[in-house]
Amino acid sequence: MARVVVDVMLKPEILDPQGQAVQRALPRLGFAGIADVRQGKRFELELEGPVDDAALARIREAAETFLANTVIEDFTVRVEEEGK
Amino acid sequence: MTTRVGVVTFPGSLDDRDAQRAVRLAGAEPVALWHRDKDLHQVDAVVLPGGFSYGDYLRCGAISRFSPVMDTIIEQAKLGMPVLGICNGFQVLCESHLLPGALTRNDSLHFICRDQKLRIENADTAWTRDYSAGQEIVVPLKNGEGRFVADEHVLDELEGEGRIVARYLDVNPNGSYRDIAGITNAAGNVVGLMPHPEHAVEPLTGPTTEGLGFFTSVLKQLVNA
Repeated sequence: MARVVVDVMLKPEILDPQGQAVQRALPRLGFAGIADVRQGKRFELELEGPVDDAALARIREAAETFLANTVIEDFTVRVEEEGK
Repeated sequence: MTTRVGVVTFPGSLDDRDAQRAVRLAGAEPVALWHRDKDLHQVDAVVLPGGFSYGDYLRCGAISRFSPVMDTIIEQAKLGMPVLGICNGFQVLCESHLLPGALTRNDSLHFICRDQKLRIENADTAWTRDYSAGQEIVVPLKNGEGRFVADEHVLDELEGEGRIVARYLDVNPNGSYRDIAGITNAAGNVVGLMPHPEHAVEPLTGPTTEGLGFFTSVLKQLVNA
């Protein structure tokens, strides 16, 4: 089965208080040198059929209308290689 | 004829009963609407209540926005039917693109529950005619993702066209841009509000009864239409 990954991230200009909270906790735990953290979402879509242009176009449409809110979020769509 | 105001129940709605009660106290007939039913049962206006529809999964309001009842509500809202979205209902309206912007996690990361002072900025919408512009009211506020955001261009447009319906006073509880607590569409029939006027309609349970005006406003609007 083919897997397509959709990553959704808040746009850079949108404040990410969750990412900030994680970033502030890191030095307390001894993880130094991390200047910024942004938290996002990853969707793994298992396709029934082949990953062709039509399937990818439909997934982009799903990402645009549903998986991401493009008012505040950006998304990327990529095909995960076999065997990974 | 009695004015009929529909209140939608989504899976995870919490404040549908309170909204129905507020509608009744205002003098209209509340009509329970079910998220899977496309039929609006001849209602004259609709309230999308607060709560955590679909457990806030994906994003608040993102799944409810695609429910069958919303197809009809979006269609009717564009034709002028008054729609009020409270809290989760506001999130559904933004996800539906009936209202611009989005509601994101409170800047403090805390869920905030308090009696909140607001200033009614626009008393010309279908839901605010019983207030006067500049009037200050106190109603409960309870949200974890109530921070209104939009790009500068949209904010300027909202401001310029008088489409900011209510602003937070004294305290900005969630980091909303420009202290925005509620907005309206250009036509003034669709209003989204993060605080809860339906919890401020009776002295026994509310901090005030100053929330009732939203529900009496729409009644007058419909009777005079």
